[in-house]
Amino acid sequence: MSNSLTTPGIVPARLNPDAYAEQFDDLYPDYDPHEAMVAADRCYFCHDAPCITACPTEIDIPLFIRQIQAGQPEAAARTIFDQNILGGMCARVCPTETLCEGACVREAAEGKPVEIGRLQRYATETLIQKNAHPYTRAPSTGKRVAVVGAGPAGLACAHRLAMHGHDITILDRREKPGGLNEYGIAAYKAAHGFAQAEVDWLMQIGGITLRQGWTLGADGTLADLQAEFDAVFLGIGLAGVNALGLDGEVVLGARDAVDFIAELRQTEDLSTLPIGRHVVVIGGGMTAVDAAVQSRLLGAEHVSMVYRRGRDAMSASDYELSHAANEGVKIITNAMPIAIHANGAVREVEFAYTHAGETGMEPTGETFRLKADQLFKAIGQTLVGAPEGVALDGRKIKVAADGSTSVPGVWAGGDCTGGGEDLTVTAVAQGRDAAESIHASLMKSGA
Amino acid sequence: MANLTTNFIGIKSPNPYWLASAPPTDKEYNVVRAFKAGWGGVVWKTLGAEGPPIVNVNGPRYGAIWGADRRLLGLNNIELITDRPLEVNLREIKQVKRDWPDRAMVVSLMVPCDEESWKAILKHVEDTEADGVELNFGCPHGMSERGMGAAVGQVPEYIEMVTRWVKQHSRMPCIVKLTPNIADIRKPAEAAKRGGADAVSLINTINSITSVNLDTFSPEPMIDGKGAHGGYCGPAVKPIALNMVSEIARSPETADLPISGIGGVTTWRDAAEFMTLGAGNVQVCTAAMTYGFGIIKELTAGLSQYMDQKGFTSVDQLVGRAVPNVTDWQYLNLNYVTKAKINQDLCISCGRCFAACEDTSHQAISMSPDRVFEVIDEECVACNLCVNVCPVQDCITMEEMPKGAVDPRTGEVVGDYGNWTTHPNNPMAKAAE
Ligand SMILES: Cc1cc2nc3c(=O)[nH]c(=O)nc-3n(C[C@H](O)[C@H](O)[C@H](O)COP(=O)(O)OP(=O)(O)OC[C@H]3O[C@@H](n4cnc5c(N)ncnc54)[C@H](O)[C@@H]3O)c2cc1C
Ligand SMILES: Cc1cc2nc3c(=O)[nH]c(=O)nc-3n(C[C@H](O)[C@H](O)[C@H](O)COP(=O)(O)O)c2cc1C
Ligand code: SF4
Ligand code: SF4
Ligand code: SF4
Repeated sequence: MSNSLTTPGIVPARLNPDAYAEQFDDLYPDYDPHEAMVAADRCYFCHDAPCITACPTEIDIPLFIRQIQAGQPEAAARTIFDQNILGGMCARVCPTETLCEGACVREAAEGKPVEIGRLQRYATETLIQKNAHPYTRAPSTGKRVAVVGAGPAGLACAHRLAMHGHDITILDRREKPGGLNEYGIAAYKAAHGFAQAEVDWLMQIGGITLRQGWTLGADGTLADLQAEFDAVFLGIGLAGVNALGLDGEVVLGARDAVDFIAELRQTEDLSTLPIGRHVVVIGGGMTAVDAAVQSRLLGAEHVSMVYRRGRDAMSASDYELSHAANEGVKIITNAMPIAIHANGAVREVEFAYTHAGETGMEPTGETFRLKADQLFKAIGQTLVGAPEGVALDGRKIKVAADGSTSVPGVWAGGDCTGGGEDLTVTAVAQGRDAAESIHASLMKSGA
Repeated sequence: MANLTTNFIGIKSPNPYWLASAPPTDKEYNVVRAFKAGWGGVVWKTLGAEGPPIVNVNGPRYGAIWGADRRLLGLNNIELITDRPLEVNLREIKQVKRDWPDRAMVVSLMVPCDEESWKAILKHVEDTEADGVELNFGCPHGMSERGMGAAVGQVPEYIEMVTRWVKQHSRMPCIVKLTPNIADIRKPAEAAKRGGADAVSLINTINSITSVNLDTFSPEPMIDGKGAHGGYCGPAVKPIALNMVSEIARSPETADLPISGIGGVTTWRDAAEFMTLGAGNVQVCTAAMTYGFGIIKELTAGLSQYMDQKGFTSVDQLVGRAVPNVTDWQYLNLNYVTKAKINQDLCISCGRCFAACEDTSHQAISMSPDRVFEVIDEECVACNLCVNVCPVQDCITMEEMPKGAVDPRTGEVVGDYGNWTTHPNNPMAKAAE
C-alpha cells in the first residue's frame, strides 16, 4: 500500500509506517527526577490550597508535591491514590487547565501554574510502573456488591469497596475493562497500553471479580442483581449517541465519532485504519476534538471541526482547542449542518451560519459546503439502558449527594448520573463516594 | 567608570577580587588562567614545610547542598594543604609574579608550630618576591589534628606567638587568616594584632557534615564507609562571615586592623556588602570553583556600576560605610514602630503569610472566605515573618508609623528614640540624659 495525504477517499496507510508510533506517542512524556524536583519546587504549599478545592477528588496537592520535594514520590503516589485510585489516568487526561492548575495561585499570578498534572503522573508512575499496589483489604465482611460498568466510576467504586472488605463483581458489556479509558480517551493521552496496565494494577487489591460481555438488560435485570448481591452500583456511562436529525444521515462515510475512536483505540497497527482525505467533524466537545485531532494524526489532509454555537460555548477547553489548531484542525464556529450531499457515499456537508436568536441558534441565511469523504458526528452521548424503575433527572439517573438512586440498595455514579462534568475524575469521585455510602449502609444493616 | 584599583596593606591589585587560597590557586596553570580572566590577585594554595608532601584522600573530598535546580548553595571539603612539592610551588610562584607584576601574589603558609619551621619557610617565600604571606590558622580538618591550622587559630596565644615570629623573620606584609570555629572572633583578631599582623582575613571554612547517606549510615563525603567533618563554604556561609567581619571592624580594639573578607562571595553585591562592613578587599573560592574564572567579569563590572550609581570613585569610599550602623541590640530604637502591609494588587492569595502568622506568630493576619488576607494592626508586632515567607517580592512591606501616632496594638504613642538601656522594664536602666 502506498497511499499519501492526498489519496482520495477513505484509505489506510496515508503515512509512512514508522510515523504512526511517533504521531500517537505520549503527548507529555514523563518528567525525569530532576525535572520533577524543579517543577515541585515551584509549589508554595498554600494554606487551604485552592487547587485542592478545584480537584473533584480533592487530592491533597501541596502535600503530595512536598513529598516529591522530599524525595519520596512513592509517598506522594499514596497521597494521590488515597483520594483517587485512578490518579494515574487522571494525571494524563484531566483538563487540568480548568481544574487544579486553573485554580493554582501561580496561574493567577504569572499565567504559569505549578504543573500539577505532570507531577501527579510522575508520582503515580513510581508505584504503577513497579506494579506495586499500596493497599490491602480489610477483613472480609461477607457482603457482595455488583458494580455494573468497568469505567472509571465502576472501578473506583469497586476498589474502595474491596478495600473495605466486601466482595465485588464488576459486570461490563465490553470485552475489556476500563470504560472510556480503554475505548474513548485519545490514544496519545493513554499511550503504551496504560489503561489496561492501570486496571491490572488496581485489581491487585483482590476481592474483585470481572464478568465481561455481560449487558444489563440483555443478560440480566436489576432485579436479578438485587437478588444475588447485597447492593448494586450503576456506572454504565453514556452508551448512546445523539443524531444530527438530517436526511441521509445513515450513509457510507458518516459515522459516530465515539465508534471511530473506539475502533482506533483497539487497532493494534494504526496504518491499517482507513481515514478520509477530507474529514468533517461536527461537535464542540472533547469527543469532537479527539476525533478531529486523531484524524489529522492518521494523515487526513483536511480536517474541519464545526460547531453550531460560538467558541465560548464549546465544552472543549481553550487548551484542547489550541492543541487541535496546532495539529492543523480547522475550527469553524456558528455553523450548523443542514444537509449531507452524498453520491453513494458522503461527498459534501452543507452548513448554515448561525447567530443567537430568540429561539436559540438561528440560521443567518448564509450557507457553505465542506468537502467530506468522512463525516464524524460528535454532538453528545446519551444514557441508554438505565434499568426500569430507577428514577431519572432529565436524561440521566437521579442520585442524591451520596450516589444513592431512587431504588433502595442501588447506587449510581459517573457519566450516567447528573451532577458534575462528564470527566474521568468526576466519575472517580462519584464512584468512590458511592462506595463509602454503600459501605456505611452495608455495615449498618448488619444482616 | 569607578576605579577598582585596590591597595590592601600596601599590596596593589587592579581590583579588589583575590582568589582565596584553595584549589583555584594551587598551581601556575590555574593562576595564569585566572589572571588572564582578570582576577586582581591570588592567595596561593597553602604551602607546608619542606619534606615529603602532604597526601590527600583518594576518594571524594567534597560534599554539597543544593537548591531544587541543583544550584550549589554550600560546599564542604576535606582537602588538606597543597600536596605538591614545595620547590615546585615556589618556582611557579616566582615565575607567575614575574610574569604578572601588577597582580597581587600572596602566599598562604602552614607549618608546625615552632619558630624554626616558620623561619625556614619564610626565607623560601621571600625568594619568590611574592607580595605577602597569609598565615593559615583556619583549616578545620586534618591539619588541625596535627596541631596546625584551626588548632592554632583557636588559641589566641599561639596566633600571637606565630605572628610575632613571622614579623620578626620577614619584612613581608602578613595577613592572619582566622577560623570561624570559635566562640568570639574578636579574640583571635586581637591576638593577631598584638603579634603585629598587618591584616586579618576571614572566614576560613566552618566545621560541617553536609549530609548522611541513609543507606550506608555514613556522613558525606564518604570514604570507604566513613566520613570526617569537613569545612563548609559557599553562599550558605556568607551571613556568618559578614557578622564576623563586622564584629572585628566595629570593635574598638581592632577597628584599625585591615580585613580581607572571605566567605560565600558569589556576586558583586556580596563583595560590596563585605566591603561596607569593613573589608578592604574580598577573596573568592567556591563561586570560582562552581562557575569557573569567568565570573570575574560580572564581579568587576557589577561593582563598578554600583559605585558609579552611588557616586563613589574609589573602593576606599565604600569600605566600612555600614560599620557605624552595626550596633548592639540594647541600642536599637524601641520606638521605631512598623506594621506589615499587604499590597492587595500583588497578593496572589497563597495564604502562606496567614499560616505563618496564625500558626507560629501573633495571629495578626486575617483570612476571609474568598481568600483575602489582611494584617490586623492591633495584633501585628512587626516581626517580618510574613514578609520573609511571602513568595511575591514587595507584596508585604513594613510601614513605619509616624511619630505621634498611636500604635493600635499597645495603645501607646510612637515617641522619640528610646532603647533598652533606658526602658522602664529594664532593672538596670539608666536615667535618660
Ligand atoms: C472521546 C472521548 C474523550 C474523552 N476525553 C476525556 C478527557 O480527555 N478527559 C476527561 O477527563 N474525560 C474525557 N472524556 C470523558 C470521560 O471518558 C468520561 O467522563 C468517563 O469515562 C466516565 O466514566 P464512567 O465510568 O461514568 O463511564 P464509562 O467510562 O463510559 O464507562 C461505562 C462502562 O459501562 C459499560 N456499560 C454501559 N452500558 C452497560 C450495560 N447496559 N451493561 C453493562 N455494562 C455497560 C461500558 O461498556 C463501559 O465500560 C472523554 C470522553 C470521550 C467520549
Ligand atoms: C577545596 C578547598 C580547599 C581549601 N583549601 C584551603 C587552604 O589550603 N588554605 C586556606 O587558607 N583555605 C583553604 N580553603 C578555604 C578557602 O580559602 C575560603 O576561606 C573558604 O572556602 C571560604 O570562601 P568561599 O565561600 O568563597 O569558598 C579551602 C576551601 C576549599 C573549598
Ligand atoms: S495552588 Fe499551586 S502553588 Fe498553591 S499549593 Fe496548589 S499547586 Fe501549590
Ligand atoms: S509582621 Fe509578624 S506579627 Fe505582623 S503580621 Fe507579619 S507575621 Fe504577623
Ligand atoms: S504570602 Fe503574600 S501572596 Fe501569599 S497571601 Fe500572603 S500576602 Fe498574599
